[in-house]
Amino acid sequence: MTSQITIIEPSSKIRFINFRELWPYRELILSFVKRDIQVRYRQTVIGGLWAIVQPLFTMVIFSFFFGKLAGISGGGVPYPIFSYAGLLLWTYFTGALTAASGSMVASTSLITKVYFPRIIIPIAATITGLLDYLVASSVLIGLMLYFQIVPTTAILLVPITLLLTWMLAMGMGFWLSAINVKYRDIGYVLPFFIQLMLFVTPVIYPSSIAPNFKLLLSLNPMTGIIDAHRSMILGGLPINWGSLGISAVLVLLILFTGSAYFKSVEKYFADII
Amino acid sequence: MSDIAIKVENISKKYQIGENKKYPTLRDKLVELPSRLFKGPQKTKEFWALRDVSFEVKKGEVVGIIGRNGAGKSTMLKILARITEPTSGKITMYGRVASMLEVGTGFNPELTGRENIYLNGAIIGMTRQEIIAKFEDIVEFSGVGKFLDTPVKHYSSGMYVRLAFAVAAHLDADILLVDEVLAVGDAEFQKKCLGKMSDLAGSGKTVIFVSHNIGMIKNLCTKFRTKIFYKIKFDGQTDKALDIYIGVGKKITNNNSYKKNSELDLYLRKIWLTSTEGKYLNTFQINQSPQLWIEIEANIPTNKAEVSIQITNSSGVNIIFSSLSDFNKNKFYNFVPGIYQAKISIENNLLVPDIYAVSVTTHYRAEKRIELIEKAITFEIIESNSNMAPYGPASRSLTCIIKGSTWQFKKIE
Repeated sequence: MTSQITIIEPSSKIRFINFRELWPYRELILSFVKRDIQVRYRQTVIGGLWAIVQPLFTMVIFSFFFGKLAGISGGGVPYPIFSYAGLLLWTYFTGALTAASGSMVASTSLITKVYFPRIIIPIAATITGLLDYLVASSVLIGLMLYFQIVPTTAILLVPITLLLTWMLAMGMGFWLSAINVKYRDIGYVLPFFIQLMLFVTPVIYPSSIAPNFKLLLSLNPMTGIIDAHRSMILGGLPINWGSLGISAVLVLLILFTGSAYFKSVEKYFADII
Repeated sequence: MSDIAIKVENISKKYQIGENKKYPTLRDKLVELPSRLFKGPQKTKEFWALRDVSFEVKKGEVVGIIGRNGAGKSTMLKILARITEPTSGKITMYGRVASMLEVGTGFNPELTGRENIYLNGAIIGMTRQEIIAKFEDIVEFSGVGKFLDTPVKHYSSGMYVRLAFAVAAHLDADILLVDEVLAVGDAEFQKKCLGKMSDLAGSGKTVIFVSHNIGMIKNLCTKFRTKIFYKIKFDGQTDKALDIYIGVGKKITNNNSYKKNSELDLYLRKIWLTSTEGKYLNTFQINQSPQLWIEIEANIPTNKAEVSIQITNSSGVNIIFSSLSDFNKNKFYNFVPGIYQAKISIENNLLVPDIYAVSVTTHYRAEKRIELIEKAITFEIIESNSNMAPYGPASRSLTCIIKGSTWQFKKIE
């Protein structure tokens, strides 16, 4: 035990995420996730059902206004299941991003009183929502049974899109949670930003609706991911690997810069939070 | 590897105050760019909380860090606990480090006692296995066994603190960093905590303990090999360090004048000490009577005002409190504008050899305070060649004052 040596020194300006340092803290990440889930389920009446309510009701509204009245096509599948397959992932993404962005400020008392790698906080915040994703998937299964859609083996690839979404929520979460420590503006900007992003992401409409802007749309990393996610689940649609590839590159870029930014400014957190 | 547990080398910590930028963001850089080009770099107010602090702590030592507010104690502890980073310097720590800067960090009111033990344990650095192994001990120490499955929001504050301390106390570490967490809870619980701290300290763990409760430092530290830092500059034996702490706060001086303060109805102009012969002094033989002089100026007519003094020994115990009205029974002084002088004779053969600090205050009778100068002046009582030889410096642990009790003593059978 005494062989453990801790050296404290001013760190260099730019730092990157250190997985070796994080590994011993995996139990703490799980403890945070468990806490968030326990607390939420204890404080709400219908608990886990909230995970279903949000995407389900949104889907119903979308189906009526966009699917029925505006006549937007589901790209070959019935509109309700088309929009739900997108909303499922979108709901996870926005929830995880929102939770991660506010996570540092919400953990002020921890940050000023006890040491652990700070980056654990936004990481844990993005994991909690995965349970909601699983719960909300049950509705999707119901819809697939109802519309008699048989998935192909492509459905086994869904974890890839889920992983990319998680990484994106983390990457953006690192940026925003770190900035939020100093500038609480993030709390006001984010809901607005998420609302706008919904319209430039193919959740409501298939990306085939705007063939001329395809490249521009794929600069939004969620475009390729949402499209692929839907294609993998619903089988019949072709997977756009090119678009997914662009997304993957962007996700890695955001995750890398986000973690580097977070690590480089984290030493100031306790002083200014 | 030697028997060193903590080695601190030239640690400095700088805070930037006043300015609205504490770390550079991209946006800041962009906004700053034009002004940089034209004005040169902007000045920021700097504040050094710690400057070139170096010390070593050996394994098994219990070290108290004392100092006034703002002396840098907490900053030092936060750097040791890795909560904040030093601006320069290096610290090497050998062994597993645990910090108790607060009890119950991360406790969630919605969770039950049981769930919070696991959560808090994980936060302060215990592995799940460790918590499982010590679970029974923690519950027993806390004494909240019956309410283990009740959300802690329904706990009394005492139960809450007991549970929180119980978790922290079972953290197994070689080096413990402790802030004034013991200053919570009722007297009985504090005693229990102190006992636990003593156990930990006695079991060969290295403990760094920050407090401004001098009595607590003395209790906890003198029992073991001890080091005390004054403003982290002094490093030595407990008693000596405490003397310096008490004395140095305001430089040892026998004559303090203060600037005129016309905002106050009454203000303290000057405070000084002399011998009975009128010679300026700050060190008195035990059989000498220190004379405390206070000069007060009344700016406006001030009715029913009062002047009080308090004398505190090096353990922080208040020994003497005395007021102007003590000698002016039931009648308070009505000041008219002008300068007043008070001479307070402190009895000889009363105070044991020690360093004493005098605080002076002006106030309205049982009402609001006008002015308070804490530890305005300090003096030392020494014992060298009087006939009170038994009352050497060691007497401090026996008594605070030497005041005769009348003994009648005879052989009766």
